[in-house]
Amino acid sequence: MSVYTSRNKTTKKLLVHLLLIAGALVMIAPFIWMVLTSLKSLGESTQVPPVILPTKYQWENYTHIFEMLPFLDFYWNTVITTAAKVVGQVFLCSLAAYAFARIEFPGRNALFILFLTVLMVPGQVFLLPQFMIMKELGWLNTLTALIVPGLFSAFGTFLLRQFFMSLPKELEEAAKLDGCNHFQIYWRIMLPLAKPGLIALAIFVALWSWNDLMWPLIVNSTPDKMPLSAGLAYLTGEHTNLTNYPILMAGSVLAIWPMIIVFIFLQKHFVEGITLTGSK
Amino acid sequence: MNAMSSQLQPEMHAAVQPKTKKSLNRMKRSDWFWAYLMIAPTLIGLSVFYLWPIVQTIYLSFTKWGGFGKYKWAGLHNYELLLKDPYLWIALKNTLIYTVIAVPVGIAISIFIAVLLNQKIKGITIYRTLYFLPVVTMAAAVAMVWRWLYNADYGLINYLLGLIGIEGPRWISDPAIALYAVIIVAVWSSIGYNMVIFLAGLQGIPRSYYEAAEIDGAGPVRMFFKITLPLLTPSIFFVSITSLIGAFQVFDLIYLMLGSKMGNPATEQTQTMAYLFFTNGFESGNGGYAAAVAVVLLVMILIVTAIQMKLQKKWVHYD
Repeated sequence: MSVYTSRNKTTKKLLVHLLLIAGALVMIAPFIWMVLTSLKSLGESTQVPPVILPTKYQWENYTHIFEMLPFLDFYWNTVITTAAKVVGQVFLCSLAAYAFARIEFPGRNALFILFLTVLMVPGQVFLLPQFMIMKELGWLNTLTALIVPGLFSAFGTFLLRQFFMSLPKELEEAAKLDGCNHFQIYWRIMLPLAKPGLIALAIFVALWSWNDLMWPLIVNSTPDKMPLSAGLAYLTGEHTNLTNYPILMAGSVLAIWPMIIVFIFLQKHFVEGITLTGSK
Repeated sequence: MNAMSSQLQPEMHAAVQPKTKKSLNRMKRSDWFWAYLMIAPTLIGLSVFYLWPIVQTIYLSFTKWGGFGKYKWAGLHNYELLLKDPYLWIALKNTLIYTVIAVPVGIAISIFIAVLLNQKIKGITIYRTLYFLPVVTMAAAVAMVWRWLYNADYGLINYLLGLIGIEGPRWISDPAIALYAVIIVAVWSSIGYNMVIFLAGLQGIPRSYYEAAEIDGAGPVRMFFKITLPLLTPSIFFVSITSLIGAFQVFDLIYLMLGSKMGNPATEQTQTMAYLFFTNGFESGNGGYAAAVAVVLLVMILIVTAIQMKLQKKWVHYD
């Protein structure tokens, strides 16, 4: 290779990096601003021209939010809801997905079409009747209302079905001859093999549950039963006259860091999960 | 594994021998039993919380809310009201503008970044993480920081614009601008997700295609339009279908960034279909009316998805 082309390649690489760095800055600038603002004083946050770094770091913004709002409740509600939905949905969806993928039974296609219907219909179509069901059951303003509808998922079943279908048939034939029933095959053989798929679904469910807004806004209107998402919306709404940006930003930072940490650690699985859903 | 399979050998032979009809039937029936049992929880849950509500919403859209949970049959009344409602047209217009801008712009930028990231480059994981950050972040937090950045008086964006001599608009309180301000944030927060799908699509394109094109003397732009783009169409199709469905239902960012109708003159002019549904169904208690909005939304999505499915033969290349 001539000197010319290799130098050309280096400039090209440099240009690519410059473009990517510029883009990345745009992506993370709001987050940096969020963190910086969360440590400023109220005066500094609305100063013109804007102050970049706080002169004195106001760590107490992070404790004030717990005094002003049931922020600890928000946390607890979010964590419990998310954990319950992840465990419940991954278990129930994998059960159904196994049956759809590996067992032949009458009505399989018809039932699967029903599942696909749910996948196609926009969320708004379910919400009113779901709300009425919650009301009828006396579940409004409880964590049950946040959790129960989220245990069942057509998407999760669909995703895991794809996964189970890709596993070799020999495995279950051997187990069947060993006298295993389908639940045992599912539990002992298929589930461990489907781990990447299960992890991908778990991450999706966690992310959606953690960040979900409309459903919590609808069913839980008392602050101590709200999750973080609705709690933060409540903060900026007309209910509280809070325009204290540093404290709002401290609340935001507190609300988003767990998912960011989860994402950074499970990055590989995350990408795998998205690729899995996008490649059909 | 080997030990296990050798142990299984004798039984395997037994299995090959012809079975009686009876035991085959029994096996089949046991299969069916397990299948139904395993599907039952999700099927029941989906039926109660999702399938039955679809039927109910359609029914509700033909009823009038009478208070105390009673509703009367009202025929097409809600739909007539809806057609006369100036906010329906505002919401429809906004939903369409949002979709027509946010979806293609989001896709174009994501493809561009995915192509940059598809080269042998250092730090790809770091870039991917940074671009992905908005995707994993709660809309409420994202909206809050952007509201601050957009603030006309002390926000960072107008300050920076001021430095280069541009007087920034009142981003989220000017009815003519607010929708576009939200679209910018929507595109910003969708790039990471789309980019990952495109990256997966790009990695499926064989290197040899590019090598052959290079020998033929094709430049990078030509290669992009002749090789990359056509082979990426299945991913583009997937992303465009899912983002379109998502865009039609946009609610979180509008609700969170603009605030209530009382506090912000732009909110009323910037509402979308999902916003119209939410305020009618859960703030003003017009359940039947909100149901009609949801049905219109459903029909819109079905039509657009059907059109996309039809058109895909024309532009999506599966090899």
